[in-house]
Amino acid sequence: MMDFIQTLGRNTRSSFTKLGRATFFLVQTVIGIADILPRPRLLLNQLYSVGVLSFLIISISGLFVGMVLGLQGFYILSDFGAEETLGVMVAASLVRELGPVVSALLFAGRAGSALTAEIGLMKATEQLSGMEMMAVDPIKRIISPRFLAGFISMPLLAALFSAIGIIGGQIVGSGLLGVDDGAYWSQMQAKLDFQDDIINGVIKSLVFGFVTSWIALFEGYDAIPTSEGVSRATTRTVVTAAFSILGLDFVLTALMFGDD
Amino acid sequence: MQHSSTQDTLVGLFVAAGIAGLFFLALQVSNLSSFTEQEGYTITARFENSGGLKVKSPVSAAGVKIGQVSAISFDPKTYESVVKMRINAQYNSIPDDTTASIFTAGLLGEQYVSLEPGGSSEYLKEDGKIEITQSAIILEKAIGQFLFKSAEEKK
Repeated sequence: MMDFIQTLGRNTRSSFTKLGRATFFLVQTVIGIADILPRPRLLLNQLYSVGVLSFLIISISGLFVGMVLGLQGFYILSDFGAEETLGVMVAASLVRELGPVVSALLFAGRAGSALTAEIGLMKATEQLSGMEMMAVDPIKRIISPRFLAGFISMPLLAALFSAIGIIGGQIVGSGLLGVDDGAYWSQMQAKLDFQDDIINGVIKSLVFGFVTSWIALFEGYDAIPTSEGVSRATTRTVVTAAFSILGLDFVLTALMFGDD
Repeated sequence: MQHSSTQDTLVGLFVAAGIAGLFFLALQVSNLSSFTEQEGYTITARFENSGGLKVKSPVSAAGVKIGQVSAISFDPKTYESVVKMRINAQYNSIPDDTTASIFTAGLLGEQYVSLEPGGSSEYLKEDGKIEITQSAIILEKAIGQFLFKSAEEKK
């Protein structure tokens, strides 16, 4: 019994100190962003490895998610004779929920884990300490550009995911199943609101990009500098990021779409 | 790491594709292209019952959308529903004896305000009032009345 209470106390204390370290890390990272402006090359390199390399997986997943939505939506809606509203269903679910959430989950798996492994290995091979010895701040040089790149890429990737998904839904819906093409688009345009749907989706993806990059970089930076430590940190990144994305999605949805 | 200029091109393409995606969502998917913050004037109509009418419900005349509902409130003195409608500025020749009715699009569709122009030569202006209104048809009420009537006929 005493053991249990002791463990509980230790775990609580260590998770709070970790949260404190993470917050401190985030503040330093955000301050470090100011130093990227004179060296845009650093950001560009990271946009390539975080954004461009995630592009393919995001677009292909988006296409398939949209196609599945088109197929499932058609079968359910045709029971009520409401196939024409397929466009609304596909677009609303993609823009509001699936676009930001699924692309953030894929982003955490594709780019987040890579970031953690990279930073963790840099720490394990003492590259970060080496930089400090040369009076180069590793946070400004390594972390901030990656953080900013994740923050910028995420909304772009989510928008691509939704756009490609909507086209995928249209390919299946009006191409294969015979929903009227004009109805698909016009119902969608009539029902989706720019402010309520598109902007809120973009806000969601900005939040997810922020949180995912923060978690991935912090886990790498905070990893125990051994091969096992890095592998654990990588796992933690994916798990923590997935939980945070889904939990935050619930909170954001409740805040954004609660009162209409 | 790839050659730097190839990388630049790819990053450029990625950012351009992302922004294109956002534009696609804004213009093709949502109603931004028919954005409603255009010039217009507000008119008011009082209904006995505005049913399921909501803010942003369409206001149409002869089946064409000419504006939208901007506010709905309850008047505690007359127990009426006060519906404010914003009409696009280009439709500035609506007679002041126009009738406003609340209809439902289809059997289960959303409700909208339909304006039927009268014959007056005075036109509605900013803060104009529509005097003749017809309340929303509440389906349950109509069914209830119908059943009641057919029960009476059988007696």
